Amino acid sequence: MKEVDARGLSCPEPLMLTADALKDAKEAVRVLVTEPHQRMNVEKYAKDHGKTPVSSEKDGYFEVVIK
Amino acid sequence: MNLSDSKKKLALAGVVCGLVAACLAFMGNPANMAFCIACFIRDTAGALGMHQAEVVQYARPEVIGLVLGAFIISVATKEYRSTAGSSTMTRFVLGMIIMIGSLVFLGCPLRMIIRMSAGDLNAWVALAGFIFGVATGVFALRRGFSLGRAHVTNKASGAVLPVLMAGILVLALCSSLLKASEAGPGSLHAPLIASLIGGLVFGAFAQKSRMCFAGSMRDIILMKNFDLFSVIVGLFVVMLAFNVATGRFVLGFNTPGIIAHSDHLWNVLGMYAVGFAAVLAGGCPLRQLILAGQGSSDSAVTVLGMFFGAALCHNFGLAASGTALNAETKEVVAGAVPLNGKVACIICILVCFAIAFTHKREEKK
Repeated sequence: MKEVDARGLSCPEPLMLTADALKDAKEAVRVLVTEPHQRMNVEKYAKDHGKTPVSSEKDGYFEVVIK
Repeated sequence: MNLSDSKKKLALAGVVCGLVAACLAFMGNPANMAFCIACFIRDTAGALGMHQAEVVQYARPEVIGLVLGAFIISVATKEYRSTAGSSTMTRFVLGMIIMIGSLVFLGCPLRMIIRMSAGDLNAWVALAGFIFGVATGVFALRRGFSLGRAHVTNKASGAVLPVLMAGILVLALCSSLLKASEAGPGSLHAPLIASLIGGLVFGAFAQKSRMCFAGSMRDIILMKNFDLFSVIVGLFVVMLAFNVATGRFVLGFNTPGIIAHSDHLWNVLGMYAVGFAAVLAGGCPLRQLILAGQGSSDSAVTVLGMFFGAALCHNFGLAASGTALNAETKEVVAGAVPLNGKVACIICILVCFAIAFTHKREEKK
């Protein structure tokens, strides 16, 4: 599974990295972010591009798996 | 409560914040300023004695309320995160640049929108500079610009700026230590309690909606995403209706008494510096206050940079003057940007370029 570690990065870097990863992804992409609004942005971006995001809260960060 | 998952909710947040700004303007805040982050930080810096410009000294409760409103709502909704460590001193410099650019133009991006809604054509000219500045920041982001990662820190660290703001409020309420203008823009203000409540409400809605004036332009240019732009449209429509309804809408350049100037090149370059620096810093002056309220020490340092920049502007004569009416001769005296301000603005833009192309994401190095 492809991983995007965007923890601690400022906006809009998490979304830019996610968009890059999804461009040529043939498998699921795992995105890690720190802020709640970044998780929501990533989820919305995935949905807008026909993907299914599944989020969970980890120890001090969020994981969004995009399929 | 999530205000950022639909354009309608975002527009509603803009309407609420517009109503707050309109009410405060109606209750005494300077005409055509209403709720300017740069001006209010500059006034608060003056109240603390960081500069000696007697007409712009007043501890604005709106600034205090914004930080405390964001702090309270983020704690209540479990969005408070104490973080720090992302190129901290670079952010301090970006804060200085944002303030210097704002005071060359005479307003932050929020006030630019408020001035646009009042018919001030200078602000529409400056909008072009702001968009170009944001676009330059986006170009840097595409080339791999990054200030690096922030890390989770001791929970109390993120609460320092909110506590300092509460301290200024206590000084304003219980002492005579703070300076307060007796004339000029600093002497014009809504009642303290109204300003504080307005700041708290504005701060809470801005936190939940991610309101950001640089971010809205950035998202349009970078991703053709108009979500954050909805907030600005909501705020603009309310302020436009308020200005028309109360006879404050005056279409034109060189309008005396609204604290603006028609030095077009410097309106454009001032807001170019603000747009560029705000994208590099990850948000406009309002967003920096909100992020600082929700625990980001990096944004708190950016805010301190804005305080320092405000002090420099008035101590070194960088700030522009507004077009005014001479009370005796009844002649219109055009506002202008002093030479020092022009030189500082050029330096600010050059420093933005230096920062933009020397800070790269790890994998891009």
